Amino acid sequence: MEHIVIIGNGISGVTAARHIRKLSNKRITIISAESDYFFSRTALMYVYMGHMKFEHTQPYEDWFWKKNKIELVKAYVKDINTNTKTLEFDNRDALKCDKLIIATGSKPNKFGWPGQDLKGVLGMYHKQDLENLEILAPNNKVCKHAVIVGGGLIGIELAEMLNSRHIPVTFLVRESSFWNGVLPNSESQMINRHIKSHHIDLRLSSNLKEIVSDENGRVKSIIIAESGEEISCNIVGLTAGVSPNINFIKSTKIDTNKGVLVNQYLETNIPDVYAVGDCAEQHNPIGNRRPVEAVWYTGRMMGETIAQTICAEKTAYQPGHWFNSAKFFDIEYQTYGWVHGEKGRPDYEEHFHWTHEDDLKCITVAYNRNTREFLGINTFGIRMRHETFDTWLTDKRDVDYVISHLSEANFDPEFYKRFENEIIGQYKNQPQKTSV
Amino acid sequence: MNQNVEESMSLAKPDVQDLSIKHKISVVIGVFGLFIFVLALANIDFPNRGIFLMLAIGSIALGTILYSNQIYSNKSKGIKNDSVWFKSMSSKGILGWITGIVLTLFYIVLYFYPQYLGLSSTGASNTGLIALFDPLSYLLSGRPASQWFVYGTLYTLAILIFGYKFMLKYKHNRYQQLRTGSVMFFQLGFAFLIPEFMARLNESASYNLPYYDLKSMWPLNYYLFDGWSINGFLSSGTLGLILLIFGVLSIFVVSPILTYKYGKRWYCSWVCGCGALAETAGDSFRQLSSKKLSAWKLERWLIHTVLVFSIIMTTAVVYTYLGSDPHKFWLTRATFLLSAGIILTSIFAIVMVFKRKELGKDAIFGAIGFFVIIASLFILYFSGTTDKIFIVKSSTLRSAYGLYIGSIFSGVVGTGFYPILGNRVWCRFGCPMAAILGFQQRLFSKFRITTNGGQCISCGNCSTYCEMGIDVRAYAQKGENIVRSSCVGCGVCSAVCPRGVLKLENGSLNGRINSNEILLGNDVNLITLLKR
Repeated sequence: MEHIVIIGNGISGVTAARHIRKLSNKRITIISAESDYFFSRTALMYVYMGHMKFEHTQPYEDWFWKKNKIELVKAYVKDINTNTKTLEFDNRDALKCDKLIIATGSKPNKFGWPGQDLKGVLGMYHKQDLENLEILAPNNKVCKHAVIVGGGLIGIELAEMLNSRHIPVTFLVRESSFWNGVLPNSESQMINRHIKSHHIDLRLSSNLKEIVSDENGRVKSIIIAESGEEISCNIVGLTAGVSPNINFIKSTKIDTNKGVLVNQYLETNIPDVYAVGDCAEQHNPIGNRRPVEAVWYTGRMMGETIAQTICAEKTAYQPGHWFNSAKFFDIEYQTYGWVHGEKGRPDYEEHFHWTHEDDLKCITVAYNRNTREFLGINTFGIRMRHETFDTWLTDKRDVDYVISHLSEANFDPEFYKRFENEIIGQYKNQPQKTSV
Repeated sequence: MNQNVEESMSLAKPDVQDLSIKHKISVVIGVFGLFIFVLALANIDFPNRGIFLMLAIGSIALGTILYSNQIYSNKSKGIKNDSVWFKSMSSKGILGWITGIVLTLFYIVLYFYPQYLGLSSTGASNTGLIALFDPLSYLLSGRPASQWFVYGTLYTLAILIFGYKFMLKYKHNRYQQLRTGSVMFFQLGFAFLIPEFMARLNESASYNLPYYDLKSMWPLNYYLFDGWSINGFLSSGTLGLILLIFGVLSIFVVSPILTYKYGKRWYCSWVCGCGALAETAGDSFRQLSSKKLSAWKLERWLIHTVLVFSIIMTTAVVYTYLGSDPHKFWLTRATFLLSAGIILTSIFAIVMVFKRKELGKDAIFGAIGFFVIIASLFILYFSGTTDKIFIVKSSTLRSAYGLYIGSIFSGVVGTGFYPILGNRVWCRFGCPMAAILGFQQRLFSKFRITTNGGQCISCGNCSTYCEMGIDVRAYAQKGENIVRSSCVGCGVCSAVCPRGVLKLENGSLNGRINSNEILLGNDVNLITLLKR
């Protein structure tokens, strides 16, 4: 019986295992050093906030794995011998496999800041990070002040987490406005205001110079590069993005760059070795997508794809239209298709923007200035229907159609106030823009 | 390091904010009101009961309102579940257990030892807690209070004040606010005031109305077709007859239409009194329901057993009531049994013809339930010459149902165990009405919870806060809509979802259940492969 070994029990690895089991009777082993069972990484924040217990983040009950004959091994892979197809563990055990799927996910970025490995400095990615945070910042008596470095999605989640325990937070963001590498300006500025309304000390255009240690090797304070200001704190959260977690692979024969290099079939340069999820890097990026996609659903899709390739017929990873979602404190965000911030916006991309007076809701519709083709939408505080936008993008609807049919895409709960009329009114009244 | 990660990741109590002055004042006011009740229980006879009763109810209401204002008024609009699993009350801690035990004991006394509450025997005047409620009862119905009046008043009070709290908590969510307003209205008007006014009518000799909460349908209202109840209706002129007809119509006409259009939520989360208490006073315990597969299995066995029991019991009671004399009623025993058999058989036949596939393996259990009932009808017909049916008397069957299901299951366990088993124990495991509505919701209804394509991140908030113990995430992460018979449509899964994945909808029957895996984001070819 063919033995499939998967390194990593995150969404990519587990999806691959589940689908391989659906399609075949192959022997399946999942290896993880992080946790006994699969859990939803994105839900760790809710454990710290007291919305859930850790067990609630596990989508499958413990008996599920045995019942589906998926073997779980808690171990740390130290090396991969691609000639003998053998994995070597740090406890000197080894495991032979016929096919290997690398699904090791990401790790938080560290950019060589002085003091970045002090006690009290942590990322917010692994289960162990959560356990550390619970020890270092159980309440605002033990942790009187926290500093977060890096203005991305994990950074703002960490701010919300600490806020839930009334720990004062200073939030250092390198950009001039929160996440404006991705979001158009007015959206990004709305989020700035929302962050501040939650009493977060938001510092824009601020870089970390160094983390200062006390006499016990613990974090004492940080220093901001631009102003030289020193802010005393008990913990520092480093949330300046993530990168593929592939250090142990770099010494093997498997080709790597930022991540494990794969083709569209998620195959590496070594036969029978595949990579999926955050740790995989596409030789040739697909559409506007980045070569490394650290997104929940792409991990899941790659897992489904690789199972087809291994068990049925060779299948290319072809994600459909881009979409994503996040939550910034109380504001939900969804995006379908492509809406660019200032950075990297194509010349032809024009925006229609609507903001609600409560400063908690807005939408941005991107379209092609020349053809008026609808390109994408960002929506804040209003839920929209994935299926509808997916269809509109496939059908290449124009922007007028999308705006006038917006009510079909509404996904807010029943009885919620609707804004389509207001949006259509503003759309019709906007001054005609002439192309330059 | 002494850290039990699986239990709670919290080392210290993170909710360190001490009570503010206003918080403390609201607690003092509320406890003062409760204390009057405790004194009354201890048989302290207050000089002016009316004033002290008002003082007690007023203080409890004011305390709760002030307290809720303190928690929610100055906070931003959004989900307010911080520290739920750190608080002793809402995470089966010591406060939760104490509350559970006190509630359970209260129910035991209420159902089985009402004399401890001060209920008088044979005509003497009430004492203790029940006497304290006499003035209000005289005001409304002109009768002295009973343990049920005390219970009804406290029940309504709880729904109103915790309903207020719930509406503040969900001030951003109009679905939650409207349905809470609705249950508050139905509890106060239909369950509490109207029956008391109906009792006023009974002062006239031409009326003899039974206690009837108009919105409480059979089989939840299992005593609707008891002999005394039907006698009451029939001896109350046209109004009595109208009420009885309404009772029958609400089961066979109103409910099927509304359930078809909106799912069982129209009843369970918008009208029902049990649901009302669960959603308001019980809201802090919704996360305690078990999501295990084993709990779901138990649920399906229990609730349908109760349903079968209640149908057999009611049939037997009506059968006995009708008597064998064909001149007394236009409906004879034989026609009654025959029509019951025909109705059940047609439902069974329709389901088996049109919905056999959807039932899957459950069809066999449905068939067993059906044949048990039909067999009972036959036994009734052939053995029921006297008031004895199947060896036992129908009245014995009726009292057994009232004791084990009506009192112990729905009251003592259903509500007393809120802080331990979650707030919908009765609705989930026991309510025969929920079983009927759920059966229709699963097979003949436009209602579903739609999953928004591929946006689910499997975080588990939806499953955690599902009071009915549905593993919502299991469906959402596959891109499947959620169509479950137990779903009461409270809408909290949709509210707590951080990614806008879930929406309660009434839509077309086509594609209501099917998973739409294409929307998980994958390319079309892969989907065809996955489906194969």
